[in-house]
Amino acid sequence: MYDVVIIGAGVSGSAIARELSRYKVNVLVLEKNEDVCSGTSKANSGIVHAGHDATPGSLMAKLNVEGSQMMEELSKELDFAYERNGSMILCFDKKDFNKLQDLYDNGIKNGVKNMEIIYKDEIKKLEPNLTDNVYAALYSKDGGIVDPFGLNIAMAENAATNGVKFEFNAPVVKIEKGNGYWAIDTDKEIIKTKCIVNAAGVFADTIHNMVSKDKMEIIPRKGEYYLLDKSIGKFTNATIFQLPTAYGKGILITPTAHGNMLIGPTANDIPDKEGTNTTREGLDEVALKSMVSSEIVPLRKVITSFAGLRAHLKSHDFVIEEVEGCDGFFDAAGIESPGLTSSPAIGKMVGEMIQKKLHLEENPEFDGKRKDILNPKNLTEEEYEELIKEKPAYGHVICRCERVTEGEILDAIHRPLGAKSLDGIKRRTRAGSGRCQAGFCSPRVMEILSRELNIDQSEITKSGGDSKIIFGTDKDAYRRAN
Amino acid sequence: MRECDLVIIGGGPAGLAAAISAFDSGIKDILILERDKELGGILNQCIHNGFGLHTFKEELTGPEYASRFIDKVLERKIEYKLGTMVIDISKDKEVVAINPEEGLFHIKAKAVILAMGCRERSRGALNIPGYRPAGIFSAGTAQRLVNMEGYLPGREVVILGSGDIGLIMARRMTYEGAKVKVVAELMPYSGGLKRNIVQCLDDYDIPLKLSHTVIDIQGKERVTGVTIAEVDNTGKPIKGTEETYSCDTLLLSVGLIPENELSEMAGVELGITSGPIVNESLETNVPGIFACGNVLHVHDLVDYVSEEAGFAGKSAAHFIEDQKKFEDKGIEIQINTGDKVRYTVPKTVHPDIMEDEITVRLRTTNVFKNVYLNCYAGDKRIVHRKRPVIAPGEMENFQLKKEDIKDLKAEEIITVAFEEE
Ligand SMILES: Cc1cc2nc3c(=O)[nH]c(=O)nc-3n(C[C@H](O)[C@H](O)[C@H](O)COP(=O)(O)OP(=O)(O)OC[C@H]3O[C@@H](n4cnc5c(N)ncnc54)[C@H](O)[C@@H]3O)c2cc1C
Ligand SMILES: Cc1cc2nc3c(=O)[nH]c(=O)nc-3n(C[C@H](O)[C@H](O)[C@H](O)COP(=O)(O)OP(=O)(O)OC[C@H]3O[C@@H](n4cnc5c(N)ncnc54)[C@H](O)[C@@H]3O)c2cc1C
Repeated sequence: MYDVVIIGAGVSGSAIARELSRYKVNVLVLEKNEDVCSGTSKANSGIVHAGHDATPGSLMAKLNVEGSQMMEELSKELDFAYERNGSMILCFDKKDFNKLQDLYDNGIKNGVKNMEIIYKDEIKKLEPNLTDNVYAALYSKDGGIVDPFGLNIAMAENAATNGVKFEFNAPVVKIEKGNGYWAIDTDKEIIKTKCIVNAAGVFADTIHNMVSKDKMEIIPRKGEYYLLDKSIGKFTNATIFQLPTAYGKGILITPTAHGNMLIGPTANDIPDKEGTNTTREGLDEVALKSMVSSEIVPLRKVITSFAGLRAHLKSHDFVIEEVEGCDGFFDAAGIESPGLTSSPAIGKMVGEMIQKKLHLEENPEFDGKRKDILNPKNLTEEEYEELIKEKPAYGHVICRCERVTEGEILDAIHRPLGAKSLDGIKRRTRAGSGRCQAGFCSPRVMEILSRELNIDQSEITKSGGDSKIIFGTDKDAYRRAN
Repeated sequence: MRECDLVIIGGGPAGLAAAISAFDSGIKDILILERDKELGGILNQCIHNGFGLHTFKEELTGPEYASRFIDKVLERKIEYKLGTMVIDISKDKEVVAINPEEGLFHIKAKAVILAMGCRERSRGALNIPGYRPAGIFSAGTAQRLVNMEGYLPGREVVILGSGDIGLIMARRMTYEGAKVKVVAELMPYSGGLKRNIVQCLDDYDIPLKLSHTVIDIQGKERVTGVTIAEVDNTGKPIKGTEETYSCDTLLLSVGLIPENELSEMAGVELGITSGPIVNESLETNVPGIFACGNVLHVHDLVDYVSEEAGFAGKSAAHFIEDQKKFEDKGIEIQINTGDKVRYTVPKTVHPDIMEDEITVRLRTTNVFKNVYLNCYAGDKRIVHRKRPVIAPGEMENFQLKKEDIKDLKAEEIITVAFEEE
């Protein structure tokens, strides 16, 4: 019997897992996909919101500001990419200025620091690529960007190192109440636990509704993006938002923690909880609206597009609580934006709730530090030379666009909760995420995965499940026919 | 730091031919750096025949063609390093490379030849909406999987792009037991060689749909279907023409991009081909850095790559032997692209130092019939040749004679155009 089973290994589930690993407690994370960070946490803007957006007094406002303030230290502890690049909300029309002022006031109420309203000249000085049509901006120096994969993977890895178990390809299909425990059915086995944390993202309603009479409905709200080639450099330094206008919510332009530029997202409610396809209309909207902030966004440098789904609740607030009438069942639901920013605070909050519930004692062996995959690009030439001498695999470049070596890929495979698929490698090392989009490196990465995991190449997937890369060997159809 | 007369980056057909020719022009201290496991470049995965018709008057496969050049490199004992990735070049021709054996090392070269080839455009660059499942390959990646590793990437295939790689892969996938359902091409004409359309599609009854593109990709884990639609003359899909093919694989053969990130690090200026802007010696704007092959502009026939690279090798040798001559080149004449011409290589000539005759290569902007290739030196027409059919997929060339342009003044230009008469 487990003390706690967490459903979902996105940023929410992983943050909660890590917080729980501070205690002496038996925790299992169940994830339906083959890897951590494969739901909404892998497809978002990667922004650490300062916190002026959320309604004062809401849980969202509280956790956003807390999470944002925890992020820098966490990034040092867990060694993931985070940068405080600042954010601007642009106002294009004097008539809308009061809305900007409202956001500033919101920010003050929410406890956001280092905000300031600036005007055209100063804006253009800071961000010369922006349009001349800008009037004013709410400039938040505490706004930041984070590597969402890095954050998610780091928290999960650290939880695993501190004793949390993870099971992948384990979709929860049914939950039943036993006598003093919950019985979770994953299609493969029945798992018993004292407590459950529901951190299933857009599927949190499905999980919630398995146990509660009070039904919940989560609406997937799709956001589509364009990602631009690194070669254009920092088109903007800060994250550039647009003030919502009569024409709807704006489109942002931001550098990512990896040095690309990202533009998006749209916001459309859709029926399909796995509908992460991009659409012509959506992408055209991104392109068109981005031009409001800058007429010279280098759209010709698009290297890929993607979409993510916000787990939207009508109440538009996070629901983090023990569900009434369901002793030991906790929801972490409705975790839409700014869920990434808030995740450290969500982890802390749920961790404390469960500590109280189960009267947990501290785990004296807890080690909150984690080192990321060694990136030789961050070494001096002398250090790099030494490294290759010691481990020649670091001299073997596999991904040419992002210059990722075999050494890094081996590290990604063999560390706790290691990568098992091409996407797993990509999210951990960036191999395949550059301008050629894995055309060059995928056969080479497949070879390494096959060798290291001791599986046939035909078993290798892009992202688990049926996403196999190859279907057999040359002419096998003829051989089978004969 | 190691010093070297000539460093060649890339050991494909361009790098090999450049090395051989530089050697034969008197430069012995040459180093070829190649990131792959073997010499030969993209030819190693082109196991179909049709290579070398111009050079050897025989139909060779890609590896056979490459091996003729590799043999010559070996005979001459030209040094090469495999598994070695060049990661930086500076303006003063310091090359930085890494490999597992030697680690990170610097080489100071007197001249550098860029021969890095090109890469394929990806789906992202094309902006095709839809899901992002497994089963979407660039044609070259699929070619490598099939021809070098023996794996079949899929069984039911749609191909976007009718350039040569797309056509060749349509046939190859068919050979290997897959069903190719359709080849869609955005343009109203194929980007590939005529003979490839006949031998790779027609012979296997594979339909080619011109003026069509992919507008949606279905399948959450693996591709389950692809929707194509006809496009109007601005390239926009026409409503009501959508057709969905069930398939497990989409191959993209949608263009090659010269791979010039390294060139840019050295301050090399790029032009409309996405490759370096070069002069009559195939020298870039950075003195002593030369370029040839697909890194300079995408070729359809490897014979022309070898020829061009041979010339680059010779030029580099001259540079190393007589830098003075290259420093004072005399007046520079621009080659302008006139009507129906997309680009020319080279882009400038220095009549004072040029050879008696050089090859100018060019591509047109569209398909045209019964035109003349005309070249003017100032106002004077110096080349006039009938071309029954020209297409963007087939590179054109002509010889530019020193004698015809030696009297041009600095402000005069050379113009190349396809004209009605
Ligand atoms: C377009 C967009 C932009 C955003 N931008 C930002 C931003 O800039 N800043 C910010 O702070 N936030 C942003 N967010 C919000 C943020 O991405 C999310 O709040 C956060 O990633 C949610 O994490 P999660 O762990 O709750 O959910 P998820 O990452 O979706 O994780 C849920 C996990 O549960 C698993 N699961 C589901 N059902 C089951 C089951 N039955 N059994 C087992 N496992 C199951 C899923 O596979 C998944 O891995 C954005 C969101 C979107 C969509
Ligand atoms: C599918 C296909 C079919 C073709 N069919 C025909 C045909 O039928 N007939 C015909 O004549 N031609 C054909 N061609 C064209 C011919 O193969 C090419 O024109 C030729 O290979 C180009 O030569 P290259 O040396 O410029 O480039 P490549 O062959 O691409 O060689 C470049 C080399 O540089 C290396 N390199 C790149 N960057 C670095 C770096 N940073 N450090 C070290 N090394 C590096 C690469 O690994 C590669 O080996 C075909 C090409 C393809 C792809």
